[in-house]
Amino acid sequence: MWYLCVFYHRLLDYRKPEFESLADLFGVFDDNPSSSHSLEWKLPQHHHPDSPFHFVNLPSEDIARKIANRSILVKGVYEIWGEGSSYEELKEAVNSYPDDRKLPYLTPDSTFRIIVDSFGKAISFKDQTSRIQGMSYIPFKGRVDLRNPEHKFWLIETDDYESNNGLPPIVDKRIFFGREVGGADRSLIPTYQLKSRTYLGPTAMDAEVAFLMANQAQAMPGKLVYDPFVGTGSILVAAAHFGAMTMGADIDIRVVRDGRGPDCNVWSNFKQYGLQMPVSLLRADNNLPPWRPGLKEIFDAIICDPPYGVRAGGRKSGGRKLLKGVVGPYTVPDDKRTGHIPSTAAYSLAECVHDLLDLAAKMLVLGGRLVYFYPVLRDTDTLDVDFPKHPCFKLIASCEQMLSYRYSRVLLTMVKVGAYTDEIEEAARVQHLEFKENHVKWMEEGNLHNAVFSSDFLGSDDLDSKSGKDPKKKYRGKYV
Amino acid sequence: MRLLTHNMLSSNIKGVINGFPLRIEVEKVVEKQVDFNPDFLKNMFSKIDWKALADASKIMGYAELPEEVPDASVLDSDEFLQKFHHALLELHLEEGALVCPETGRRFPVNKGIPNMLLHEDEV
Repeated sequence: MWYLCVFYHRLLDYRKPEFESLADLFGVFDDNPSSSHSLEWKLPQHHHPDSPFHFVNLPSEDIARKIANRSILVKGVYEIWGEGSSYEELKEAVNSYPDDRKLPYLTPDSTFRIIVDSFGKAISFKDQTSRIQGMSYIPFKGRVDLRNPEHKFWLIETDDYESNNGLPPIVDKRIFFGREVGGADRSLIPTYQLKSRTYLGPTAMDAEVAFLMANQAQAMPGKLVYDPFVGTGSILVAAAHFGAMTMGADIDIRVVRDGRGPDCNVWSNFKQYGLQMPVSLLRADNNLPPWRPGLKEIFDAIICDPPYGVRAGGRKSGGRKLLKGVVGPYTVPDDKRTGHIPSTAAYSLAECVHDLLDLAAKMLVLGGRLVYFYPVLRDTDTLDVDFPKHPCFKLIASCEQMLSYRYSRVLLTMVKVGAYTDEIEEAARVQHLEFKENHVKWMEEGNLHNAVFSSDFLGSDDLDSKSGKDPKKKYRGKYV
Repeated sequence: MRLLTHNMLSSNIKGVINGFPLRIEVEKVVEKQVDFNPDFLKNMFSKIDWKALADASKIMGYAELPEEVPDASVLDSDEFLQKFHHALLELHLEEGALVCPETGRRFPVNKGIPNMLLHEDEV
C-alpha cells in the first residue's frame, strides 16, 4: 500500500537510507532476501527530489508505524484519503475514498484532531480554523481532543510557490488529507543533546546524527555494537538507547579510563540517560587490535567516526620506532617498563580505513553492518568519489553532509555479504606491512588537514577565472 | 572489565604465538547487575571459548560454570543461562592485570579498563 511520507527538511541525503534501513530491520525484505533492500518511492507531481514529500510503498500499516516511530527524520507517515490541486478536488477525492477505510476512524467513541500544515509558509490561525471547518463534509462522529487524540488527521498544503524554502518552486498547488500512521519522536534530540551531556570531547557526535548512525546500523536489543574510536561514547549512547549491547575502544587512555572525574566519564554518559552500561571499554589500538586468534563474527554492527585528521588526528602504536633513520630503534629499559607511556605515531586516513574494513570484515556477522563517516574534499557540485571497497562488503548507502565549502563528510553504510577468507586475510596482512614500512610516505599523501585549512585551496584565483559566473550556487540543498 | 571482554582479548605482542587466554591477576572484583537478555546470551554462546571463561570465572571467585564445554541444549535451561549471564557480564575486574601467558607481560586493568597498548619495542 502507498503511504505519504513527509520528512523533516534537514539532512536530505539521510532520509531515504534511514527509512530503508528501518524497513529492513522490521522485516520488509525478509521474504525476498535477494532484493536490493530498497523500497518503491514516488514523488508527487512536479516535486524536486529534495522535496520533503514522498510516496512510499509498504507492505502494512504496522510496519509503516514501526519505521516512522523509530526514525529521526520522518515527520509523519500518512494514509492519504484524498489529494487535489484545489479544495474542491480534494473534497471529491476524500468522498470517493472507500468508506470501509474511513469509518473505523470516525466512530463516536473515538477522539481526534485535525492539524493544518504546509511547507515553506505559515498559515494563520484564522485560516487554519476555516480550513478545518471546510472539512466538515467528512462525517466525524468522535470527540475533538487537541492534547492526546487517538487519531490525527493532517491537511497539508504543498503550495510553496514564490516562497523561499530552499527548494525550486513547485508549479502546481497540491493539497493532501490523510490520517497519521506514525512519526519520529523528536523529543529524543533535546533529551540527548550534547550541551546537556556531562562528559564531552572535541569531536563528540551530535545526538541527531548519532541516532541516524544507530538506525543505519540497525541497533536493537540482543545485538552487540562496537566502536573502535569510542572517545566519549557519543555514538554508542545512541546505540544503547535502542537497546543494543555496546563495546568501545580508544587509544587514548585518559578518555576511556579517567574522563574528568568519577562522575564525568564515558560510564556517566550512559548513566545520565539510564542506559545499559557498555559491555566493555578498553584501551586498544585499531592498528593492532588485541583480539584473540580465531575470534570472528562477534559484532552485529560497527559504528564509528574515524579520526581523519581535520579536527582530530588518529594515532597508532609504534611511535618513534616508525621514524626510521631519524632516531634509533627504541627499547624500553627493563626497570622502566612498569608505568611506561608508549609513544604513538600519526595514523593516516588510508591506513585507518584499511584497518577498519579489515576489522569489520573479520569481526562482523554475515549481514552485519559497518557504518562510518568518510571525509570528501569537494570542489564541484557533484559528488564523484570512489568510496572504499572491500570484497566482503556491499555499500548500500552514502549520505553526504556538507561541513564547509571545501569538504563534506559522507556516512557510509556497508553490509557484510561475503565470508572473511584466508586470501582476504593474507592480502590485508600484506597491506598492513606496506603501511608500516612506508609510514612517512602514507602520512604525506592525502593530508586532509592541509587541504581543508590552507588558504590557497580553491582560492580567489579560481573564482576570478570564472568571472561573470556566480561563484555561489543559489541552491545547494544538502546544506540543509 | 567483564569476562566477555577477557574472552575476546589476547596478547598481540610481536612474535607471541599463544597469547590467549590472558591470565587474570585479581586485585579487586566488583559485581554489577546487567539486564538479562537470553537472545544475546544464545548468540554469544557459540562464539565464546568455554574453557577460558570457566577458568576465568573461577579466578574471579565464581565456580558455578561446568568445566567441560556444555552441549548447546543447555541453552534451553533458564538456570544455566542465569549462570552464564552472571559469569559473562556481571563479574567485573575493577583492578588487576592481564598477563601474557607466553612472555609474562602485564597488561594493567585500572578502573575496569584494560590497557592493551603495546610498548614501542613490542609492535
